[in-house]
Amino acid sequence: MAEASTRETYGKTLVELGRENPNIVVLDADVSPSTMTSFFAREFPDRFFDCGLEEQNMVSIAAGLAASGKTVFATTFVVFVVCRCFDQLRLCLSQPNLNVKIVATHGGISVGEDGTSHQAIEDLALCCALPSFTVVVPADAIETAGAIRVAASDYGPFYIRLSRPKTPIVYPEGYHFTLGKAVTMRQGKDATIIAMGIMVAKALEAADNLARQGIDCRVINTHTLKPLDKAAIVKAASETGAIVVAEEHLAHGGLGSRVAQIVAKEKPVLMEFVNLGDRYALSGKADELLQRYGLTARDIEESVKSAVKRKQYFQARQ
Amino acid sequence: MPNHSEVCPESTSPSNKFNLSTAELKEMAKKLRRHVITMTATAGSGHPGGSLSAADIITALYFKVLRYNPKNPQWSNRDRFILSKGHAAPILYAALAEAGYFPVAELTTLRKLDSRLQGHTDRKFTPGVEMSAGSLGMGLSFAIGVALAARLDSKTYRTYVLLSDGECEEGQTWEAALSAAHFKVDNLTTIIDCNGMQLSGWTRDIMNLEPFIQKWQAFGWHTIDIDGHDLDQILPACQGAEKIKGKPTVIIARTIKGKGVSFMENNAAFHGKAPTWKEAERALKELE
Repeated sequence: MAEASTRETYGKTLVELGRENPNIVVLDADVSPSTMTSFFAREFPDRFFDCGLEEQNMVSIAAGLAASGKTVFATTFVVFVVCRCFDQLRLCLSQPNLNVKIVATHGGISVGEDGTSHQAIEDLALCCALPSFTVVVPADAIETAGAIRVAASDYGPFYIRLSRPKTPIVYPEGYHFTLGKAVTMRQGKDATIIAMGIMVAKALEAADNLARQGIDCRVINTHTLKPLDKAAIVKAASETGAIVVAEEHLAHGGLGSRVAQIVAKEKPVLMEFVNLGDRYALSGKADELLQRYGLTARDIEESVKSAVKRKQYFQARQ
Repeated sequence: MPNHSEVCPESTSPSNKFNLSTAELKEMAKKLRRHVITMTATAGSGHPGGSLSAADIITALYFKVLRYNPKNPQWSNRDRFILSKGHAAPILYAALAEAGYFPVAELTTLRKLDSRLQGHTDRKFTPGVEMSAGSLGMGLSFAIGVALAARLDSKTYRTYVLLSDGECEEGQTWEAALSAAHFKVDNLTTIIDCNGMQLSGWTRDIMNLEPFIQKWQAFGWHTIDIDGHDLDQILPACQGAEKIKGKPTVIIARTIKGKGVSFMENNAAFHGKAPTWKEAERALKELE
C-alpha cells in the first residue's frame, strides 16, 4: 500500500484554504515544523501566531479570535492540546460553541519512540465528552484533506486527530469526504469491522486474510466519531450479526464505547473490541508497539473469528 | 469622545448618551451596587464581594469609556469588555441592564432556571456578554484573541478585560501576559481588580503575588497604579492606556472587596455568599 503523511496533507490543505479564505487564522505552539503549519506561516505570516509553549493560552486566544469572526485552526501535538487544555476546550470552545478547529498531530501510540508521555490514547474519550464538538479521525492523507476542508467550512468546534508516521492510502483520488457519514470500505455478511484512523488499513488487511479463510467481513470506516453514523452501525449489526471495533485508543470512551452504546440500544449483537485496554505503552518503533499492544491486522482477525464463532454458537441454540 | 453615528447607523450615538459626569457616575455606581445586593439576595446565592469591588471600574467603563450600542449588541466595531472574573457576573449584568441591553426588571432572575442571567457569564445567553467565563485565568488570553482580530481586520475598537488579582495565581494569566507583550498588543486595556482577597482569605496569605507591579513590568507591560474606587483616577488611567503604543498596558486598580457595604468590606465570607434579606436591607440603606 502506498503511504502518505497526514500532517503534510494538513499543512498543504491549510495553505490552500488560506488562499481561498482570508478569514482563516492559524495558531501553533512551537511545533509548526512538525505539525506542518509552518507552510501556512511562511505564506501568511500575518495570520499565523506561534504561541510558544503556551498551549492553554493558545486555545483561549483562539476562542477570542473566533468570537470576533475568525475561523481558527489551533494546532500542536495531541497530548499538549487535548490532555493539557481540557478546561480551555470545555469553557472557551465547547460551552460557547466557538468556531475553532483543534487539529492535533502525533495521536495514538504510533508516535513511537517518544514514549508514554507523548502517546495520546485518552484524547477521543475527552473530546467526545464535549458537547458541541465534532470529532474526526481520518484514515489517510486523502481523507485528511477532506476533513480539514469540511472543518473550515462548517461552523463549530472540531477536534481532528492526525498521526505522526505516514499512513497507508486507503482511498482513491477523488474520494469525497462527507462528515458524519461512515464509509463502507468493503461489503461482507459474516461480521463487520468498524475502525477509524490507522486501524482502517489494518481492518482491510484483516478482511482480506479472513476472506481467504472463508469469512466474509464488512469493513466500515467511522472517520467521524462524533456525531457517529448510527444508521450504518445499526445496518451492519442487523445484516452481519457481529461487530468488531478497532481503535488506537484506550478501551473506554472512544469508538468502542460509542458503537456499543448504539448497538446495545438499537440492535444488540455480539461485539469484540480491539484497543489498548486500560494501560499505557512504552517507547519503541510504531510497528513494534502496535504489535506489542495488540493493534495489528492479526489481532483484528482473531477478534472477528471469535465474534463469528460466538455468533454461530448462539444462533445454533435459538 | 468620538462620534460613531456614521459607522453605527441604527444607534443614537451611544457614547454620547452615556457620557455621564463624575457625580452622575458616582450615583450610577451606587445604583449598580444596589442591584448586586438585590440580585444576590433574591437568588440566595452569588458573589457580591468581587462584584462590589469592581463596581466603580465597571461603571466608568460602561457609562463613560466604552463605545457600544445596546440595541445592536453585535455591532462589529463596538469596544469589547471581557469579564475574566466570571463570578462577578452580577455587577456586569447590572451595568448591561442600566445601559439598555435588557430590562432592569430582569436582573432579579439571576441564577433562576431559564434566566438569561446565568450564575457565571455565558456569551450564549446574555446580550452584551462577550465571553463565557467561570474557570479563572482564561480571560486575558481570550481578550488577546479579540484584540488580535481587530488588528487583522484593521478595526478601531478597543478591548478591555477585567481580571481579579486572585486569578493571577493561575499560570495561564502569565502565559497570556508574556504573549501580549510578545505580540505587542496595544489595543487592549487590562484592568486588575486588586481587592487583595480571594475565596478563603487574604491573597497575601494564600498565595502571595507581590511584588505584583514589578511582575507585570518584568513581563514587558506598561503599568498604571490607581485607586480603583476613585473615578478621577479610573478615567484618566483608561485614557492614558490608550496612548501607550507597542506594548500592553495594565491598570492595577486597588480596591476593597465588598466596597460600599460596611459588613462586606474586606470580608472573605461574602466572596461567594449572598446576603440574607435582613443583611440586604442593611446594605441597601448604606447604599442610599
